[in-house]
Amino acid sequence: MPERLAKGTWVEILGVVLPAGERAPQAPEDTANVPLEMRVKGFLVESAELGSEAEITTTTGRRQRGAVMTANPPYDHGFGEPLPELLEIGGEVRAILHARDQGK
Amino acid sequence: MTSGMSYQAIMARRGEIVARSAGLDYAEYARGHIAFDYERLLTEAGYSVEESREVQAATAVGQTPLVELRNVTELARAIAPAGKGARIFVKDEAQNPSGSFKDRRASLSVHEAKRHGFAGVAAATSGNYGAAVASQAAKAELPCIIVQEAFDSAGIAQPEIAEKTRACEAYGAEVVRLSVGPELFYSLLCVLEETGYFNASLYTPFSILGIETLGYEIAQEIKQRTGRFPDAVLTTHAGGGNVTGTARGLRAAGATDTSMIAVSVDLAGLHMASDHDFNRKSFTTGHTGFSLPFTTWPDRVDVPRSAARPLRYIDRFVTVTQGEVFYITQVLAELEGLERGPAGNTSLAAALAIARELDRDRVIVVQETEYTGAGKHPIAQLNLAKRMGVEVMRGDPAENVPGQCIVIPEHPNQVTVRDVALDGVRRSYLRNALGRLPEATRPETVDLEFLAAETRLSVEQVEEVLDELVRKAG
Repeated sequence: MPERLAKGTWVEILGVVLPAGERAPQAPEDTANVPLEMRVKGFLVESAELGSEAEITTTTGRRQRGAVMTANPPYDHGFGEPLPELLEIGGEVRAILHARDQGK
Repeated sequence: MTSGMSYQAIMARRGEIVARSAGLDYAEYARGHIAFDYERLLTEAGYSVEESREVQAATAVGQTPLVELRNVTELARAIAPAGKGARIFVKDEAQNPSGSFKDRRASLSVHEAKRHGFAGVAAATSGNYGAAVASQAAKAELPCIIVQEAFDSAGIAQPEIAEKTRACEAYGAEVVRLSVGPELFYSLLCVLEETGYFNASLYTPFSILGIETLGYEIAQEIKQRTGRFPDAVLTTHAGGGNVTGTARGLRAAGATDTSMIAVSVDLAGLHMASDHDFNRKSFTTGHTGFSLPFTTWPDRVDVPRSAARPLRYIDRFVTVTQGEVFYITQVLAELEGLERGPAGNTSLAAALAIARELDRDRVIVVQETEYTGAGKHPIAQLNLAKRMGVEVMRGDPAENVPGQCIVIPEHPNQVTVRDVALDGVRRSYLRNALGRLPEATRPETVDLEFLAAETRLSVEQVEEVLDELVRKAG
């Protein structure tokens, strides 16, 4: 059973703005072959099941419709693993400055 | 009037939607076949540098610290020929309220929206500008909608844009996130038509006049601290606003001999509207995918005429690679204790190269930094690149291939600039202008004078190039 979300839940919806085939004429082929999708966040106007079509009220008060993708959508962008390619740089440039100081 | 929300229907209504949301009557400034009175458009927008400073001061925008990068200068000198190595300064624009110089652009736009009684503000931007508009709108108690190109068809968000989404939402704005494509303007028009909001476009006179204060501050502060105006100011270049506004501000302060150097990240070979290429770019702005088309025809924007006219102001145009910008970002953090960028550090990478060409008593200024955070960081970008199959390695940046291979220099002397021939850029501009002329018409004198001002050529030179282009086309 899909999860039932209460009215007023903060969600993200997904809608198709332009289907493939109806995209801007200047879209390159790979882009033209997929739909233009839109994701917007807001509060559920009525209770709805996750994945179902529902209406939301956005923070500016607009009503938008789409498939409910996520409840309380997280910010999951981050940094990730440190990169050896960057870790070495500080030591290298400090060594150049140090060598220059020694040569003075 | 055509109804409906199809791409064609909305684009057919673009004229009226844009006119209603602009707060300016652009038709009043049109001249000849393709010309317009640029200076009058900017002057009549009604903000002198002093007035802009006043508006910006009310929301703590501007007056950012000018920081001398003594250790980066020493690094440049250590690897430069004897007697070379100009002093490098940076304007720490990250210290604006939303973390970038874009607050300067947003401040006058939101002030205008409020003054004219618009119900809210909207802007199409995937970058720092969205956070800036959202921040200014919050202060002005205006609702705000930001439209972003944010994720590819697999649902993978560009981490830098994901951070901008978060920042805009932190200021209470509604963010409309779109998948990849050339329909950002179309989607903005849909929002503007529905809401009647002010279009806080990056390309209105307000957005450009707001940056004049940056050039003005740089000229005054450098003069005060070094006894001379800067020899060169380096500007990260995309849509042309940064170059235009900064150069105008420098001139307003009297720094008429300062060389304006535009710097872009080279993304040659990657298509800006390609779903496949979208997450294979580690930079979402400051790159040639924007700067070349916008320099060679500025009016491809969401207002009738762009107030950003970079070719009028650029003295030199150079490119750097993604790997060089990541390298200098790390150097800035580790030698100067400033964690900034990366995109805003594009011109800093060029500064490390250009400082080595100039005598030690010369002064060059990198005119912005931007805030750093989750997603908006070399580590986040390089991890995404690896995930998308882009190779990341140390080596000679000459081996860089956008979308395939990011090469991080092994030594600061590998950080160099590649000059873009301005003559070629001017020719492309004139070819585009010719394409805009109604069929079977000759440019009028006012058109030729406009094109001369746009390209910094004489009227005779413009005529010569146009004749040659017509002959070739014929």
